[in-house]
Amino acid sequence: MTEEVDTGRRHFLTVATVATTAVGAAFVAVPFLASWKPSARAKAMGAPVEVDIGKLEKGAMVKVEWRGKAVYVLHRTPEMLATLKSVDGELRDPGSNESEQPAFAQNEARAFKPEYLVVVGVCTHLGCAPLDKFTPGDVTVSADWRGGFFCPCHGSKFDLSGRVFKDVPAPTNLPVPPYRFVSDTRILIGAESENA
Amino acid sequence: MASTSQTAQAGGGRLAALTAWIDDRFPMTRMWKEQVSEYYAPKNMNFWYYFGSLSLLVLVIQIVTGIFLTMNYKPAAADAFGSVEYIMRDVEWGWLIRYMHSTGASAFFIVVYLHMFRALLYGSYQKPRELLWIFGMLIYFALMAEAFFGYLLPWGNMSYWGAQVIVSLFGAIPFVGDALTEWIRGDYYISDITLNRFFALHVIAIPLVLVFLVIAHLLALHEVGSNNPDGVDIKKVKGPDGIPLDGIAFHPYYTVKDLIGVGVFLILFSLVIFYAPTMGGYFLEHANFEPANPLQTPPHIAPVWYFTPFYAILRAVPSKSMGALLMGLAVVLFVFLPWLDRGKVKSIRYRGPIYKVALALFVVDFIVLGYCGLKPAVEPFKTLSVIGTIYYFAFFLLMPWYTRIDSYKPEPKRVTYHAH
Repeated sequence: MTEEVDTGRRHFLTVATVATTAVGAAFVAVPFLASWKPSARAKAMGAPVEVDIGKLEKGAMVKVEWRGKAVYVLHRTPEMLATLKSVDGELRDPGSNESEQPAFAQNEARAFKPEYLVVVGVCTHLGCAPLDKFTPGDVTVSADWRGGFFCPCHGSKFDLSGRVFKDVPAPTNLPVPPYRFVSDTRILIGAESENA
Repeated sequence: MASTSQTAQAGGGRLAALTAWIDDRFPMTRMWKEQVSEYYAPKNMNFWYYFGSLSLLVLVIQIVTGIFLTMNYKPAAADAFGSVEYIMRDVEWGWLIRYMHSTGASAFFIVVYLHMFRALLYGSYQKPRELLWIFGMLIYFALMAEAFFGYLLPWGNMSYWGAQVIVSLFGAIPFVGDALTEWIRGDYYISDITLNRFFALHVIAIPLVLVFLVIAHLLALHEVGSNNPDGVDIKKVKGPDGIPLDGIAFHPYYTVKDLIGVGVFLILFSLVIFYAPTMGGYFLEHANFEPANPLQTPPHIAPVWYFTPFYAILRAVPSKSMGALLMGLAVVLFVFLPWLDRGKVKSIRYRGPIYKVALALFVVDFIVLGYCGLKPAVEPFKTLSVIGTIYYFAFFLLMPWYTRIDSYKPEPKRVTYHAH
């Protein structure tokens, strides 16, 4: 054996050891990081919920809890629906092109049946719950208010379809959750198709 | 080593023998000398130098009271709020331990903000103290995380919605935002699962990081030496013994001085604990005396006072992603101070009028932003927040230019000191 140190060999072994350790560490990190994802129980508890809207009067709204979030179900009057056209020019995303909703709700009413609005009551700015301010001219919002939702946290405004106005901090319209009518008076929130 | 043992034994006494026995096996005496009794700090350190040792004191208070709180607190959505009430009403002296901890959180930020202001006054972040400054900033970030995770634990309605707002900020990150917020929460909303993991982070993970960073901060400080109100390097003028002429041993001189600070601090701290533990809703917010309710946002969400300057910056921008970005940047910008400041001297005593005015306005700006962040997003606070945000960034980003054109007075060779 020679007394000389084979630096090339030593360097190779060092790099190989470090590389193997790094790969091993990356694999070990996976279970720890993945343990932070919603657990099987959390996923099960996020299952769809059914709402009875048979007794919901015109102009009234109910809040339903789905995945810990309030879902607003609003039975709109014809007068309420009539306001939607008039605010078009003041909205940030009137066509709901950058907002979150099932394909069937990408319209002015943002609904499957225009008289029933179903939206997630979580402001798209920072997650506060927007208040129902349905009375036109409600001075707590503004004198020319035509009715809609108003977020008390940072002043975001939405129309009666949950569409966001310009010049407020919320970037997009209130999200419409997946839902479907299981009968004329019952809505299943959280699932769009039969098999979900 | 052998010689130290012999001299110690010659000095006699069982204690000296024990010291020698340890010193042969662990560098106890050497560490004590290097870090404390033979660490030479400038003799002209003033009032502003209390806040480092006070930060350490508050850290100890928080750790000790925190350990005792965990003995009765239950980190579960169904039990958390009730267990805090149990601590307040039924546990012997529980109210005192909890008020020490909740007041300690605010006290921590007060002393840390004053400690940071000291660095801005006397240029303590400048070369060769850049790394010391960076460790300090990492402590500040860890402290913010610690305060945020801890604030969820009482599971009051403000805890809940505050966490909701802050976690939602990560949703502003393009592409991965939504998946990231779900990963942080471990659920589709802030739930029992989120509370449980925030508890783990608050009582184990972040405190360990904090303690490690504090040790690194102190080691870095003792490596480069303390700055002083004159900003001159005391190591440049040494006596024949190699000790700086303007340096005095940390122990006993500064341990005694810091004890005065500790005494005054504890008087003020006790006054708050016993007479104003909620501080009129600023230290413990009123909305937090209601249990968390995922379906009911408090009418007005404001973070605790120490985050409000950054919250005002977030709200000043009418765009979610830009607002979140600017808020993050506002916190991080401090890190770059050593490279933004092109001043020829360290201390404000020898700086020109531009920096003096800029720093004074920055202090006013920080307080105004903090005030706006506590208020609802209406006029005049909206406009004030916008102006405040613009000045905040101007102070940092224009610093390389205004510190270069500023005038300077000549620094003295040695520190100015009047015996008393």
